[in-house]
Amino acid sequence: MDTIAIPAINLAVIAPEVVLSVVAMALLLINVFVKSEQKGYLGYLSIAGILGTLLMLIPAWGSSVEGFSGTIIQDNFAIFFKVIFLISAAMSILITDKYLEREGCNQGEIYPLILFATVGMMLMASGTDLMTIFLGLEVLSVSLYVLAGFNRNNIKSNEAGLKYFLLGAFSTGFLLYGMALTYGATGTTKIAKIASYIAMNGVSSSNLMLVAGMILMSTGFAFKVAAAPFHMWTPDVYEGAPTPMTAFMSVGPKAAGFAAFARVLLVALPALKPEWSSLLWVLAVLTMTVGNITALYQQNIKRMLAYSSIAHAGYILVGFTAGNAVGTAGILFYMLSYAFMNIGAFAIIILVGKKGEENSNVSDYAGFGYRHPVLGIAFCIFLFSLAGIPPAAGFIGKFYLFSGAIQAGYIWLAVIGVLNSAASVYYYLRVMVFMYFKEPTEDFEWVKLTPAFVLCLLIAVIGVLVPGVLPGLFLELAQKAVLM
Amino acid sequence: METLFFLIVAAIAVICSLMVVTNKNPINSALSLIMTFFCLATLYVMLEAPFMAAIQVIVYAGAIMVLIVFVIMLLNIKSEAGRRTSHALFMGISVGLLLLVQTWYLLVKSSLSSVRGTVDSAMISKVGHTELIGKSLFTDFLLPFEITSILLLVAIVGAVVLSKKKL
Amino acid sequence: MAGAYLPIILLLAIAVCFGLGSLVFSSLIGQKKLSAVKLQPYECGCEPVGSAQERFSIKFYLIAMLFILFDIECVFLYPWAVLFKRLGVFGIMEMGAFMLILFVGYIYIWKKGALEWE
Repeated sequence: MDTIAIPAINLAVIAPEVVLSVVAMALLLINVFVKSEQKGYLGYLSIAGILGTLLMLIPAWGSSVEGFSGTIIQDNFAIFFKVIFLISAAMSILITDKYLEREGCNQGEIYPLILFATVGMMLMASGTDLMTIFLGLEVLSVSLYVLAGFNRNNIKSNEAGLKYFLLGAFSTGFLLYGMALTYGATGTTKIAKIASYIAMNGVSSSNLMLVAGMILMSTGFAFKVAAAPFHMWTPDVYEGAPTPMTAFMSVGPKAAGFAAFARVLLVALPALKPEWSSLLWVLAVLTMTVGNITALYQQNIKRMLAYSSIAHAGYILVGFTAGNAVGTAGILFYMLSYAFMNIGAFAIIILVGKKGEENSNVSDYAGFGYRHPVLGIAFCIFLFSLAGIPPAAGFIGKFYLFSGAIQAGYIWLAVIGVLNSAASVYYYLRVMVFMYFKEPTEDFEWVKLTPAFVLCLLIAVIGVLVPGVLPGLFLELAQKAVLM
Repeated sequence: METLFFLIVAAIAVICSLMVVTNKNPINSALSLIMTFFCLATLYVMLEAPFMAAIQVIVYAGAIMVLIVFVIMLLNIKSEAGRRTSHALFMGISVGLLLLVQTWYLLVKSSLSSVRGTVDSAMISKVGHTELIGKSLFTDFLLPFEITSILLLVAIVGAVVLSKKKL
Repeated sequence: MAGAYLPIILLLAIAVCFGLGSLVFSSLIGQKKLSAVKLQPYECGCEPVGSAQERFSIKFYLIAMLFILFDIECVFLYPWAVLFKRLGVFGIMEMGAFMLILFVGYIYIWKKGALEWE
């Protein structure tokens, strides 16, 4: 009886994921063994775990190491995205504890679940095998379904969890079917081997099996990044989920979806570029337009930010359609700055809410800028950045996304993008108008900052302003991280 | 002989899956679904994938059906709550037809060239299906295998967090 | 090939024959003296109270859910068991890591009291 040869495993490649999973499992056990009503310490422990993981990632920058028979890679692209995931997870954890205490669903499981979701995102960013990407996506999605429905006493949270689960499971089917067809057409699930098989055997768009696989995979990813017309779940889920989790799932999972999407299309299927770029063109225009136009009518600020996040997915798709180095660097830069501005904005929304009353209508913000001048200015910075007004980071990001599209010859796409961006200014400014030009109806005396919130907002403001004023360093990092 | 057997199994599978959606009583639907799963298992056997057939029976016809029946009893649906509107029926039929036409077009008009794998029936009968699956699972796909355990752990935590009465 | 499945087919055939046969024979040779009491659902001699189709508690659902998850864990054990000798120490390490992660989940549900009938 012959023994089976041990495959070449390289534990160093998955060391960050292993560390984070071990921390998550330890927190899970601490949560059941230590009987304590206060769960906030679990949050600080998970932030310590995240910082440890970040410290492991930074020395790996600049190298490209494969492991586990080519199912995973640690390259600059993956590391850049992992840093985004870890920052957004840490910032969301900072604003979680107070919210949960207020809403009376203070369960310690939320922290391990956030960490497991982060592990899933990290696997998606560095997976070089369709199976790894799929399983990473599933780890992420299952955690998110639970996080969306985490506030069990709130019927809207229940609805969010259920809707997200049903539609998410449905879209996973599309993704998996696409992967199966791609496997059938090329005989491998490894991304590099798919590309080399296509190049060697001259498989092209005439092979409808491969094209169908590409389209179905794109559908699955488009759902995960909430691109129109697969965006229907977003407003309900974002509105119903606990607000810190909305902040988390509007940033990290979107970035993870784009990371896996980019690796599949740019590395595995560059031969189908004419097909997928025309597909993405339509998706980008639809996503931007639907997101922005619907956001104009929203009265609830959580729903407004949900539609705005759809529109932002559209801007990123513009850079993606270009498919060149400038556009891809724009995606990376934009995702990083989007993490800071969106989580910052949601942190303010949490502060304005009370138990049972989220106060999330735009009119509830009347006079907020005068009652809390510092918070008002911070909120304005985030909204300016979301609108893409200089000197905030959002402007530089959009600039690079659109110039990538122009370089690739998609002039009209860039024009539509700029027009959409101009339309979006209206609904962001509307919140500011309420904050500064309407008579206050509330005294906002319940708005109390905790050190964790101060830290989160500080990180967010710095993260929006520094890349906006000094974009050079960050763009250089993003350019080093592109896949080409 | 084999074609005849296939036709019989396929016909039973189609009839049972139609019964799943047309039955008024949800428990009867669930029982028809079990029959469909068994037919699928038989089809796996005919495709020389006995391991898949066993998993189909153990996981789907066994465990998942228990869950489905529990859910039906949990909701206590006596019979179909409301009639489907003709609007939904029309949409369903037209989308279904569109899908059928698309599939037909795909099959007729294009070259569905795919890759022939290295595993054939001679190899399966010599080495064994379970061994072949195990070999690639524990060597090439070692990392996805280990990620599965994380996925199951997350699902365990999720089930407890969402459905346990007292947390 | 087909011969390998002969025992399964035989088993199925016997099961179907036994089930059908019992029904047919009891209806053929059994006496039929129906009365209202006899047609009542059998509940250990007690008078039946209410409908048998009551709503199930969500507790069953949680147990079924956990059963499925550990059932899927078992599925991975079959190919591992078949290859156990050929994989050697490395195989034990692989499955050890897999089981350890799920063992964390087991300890979690145990300490959480999810296995208790509250």
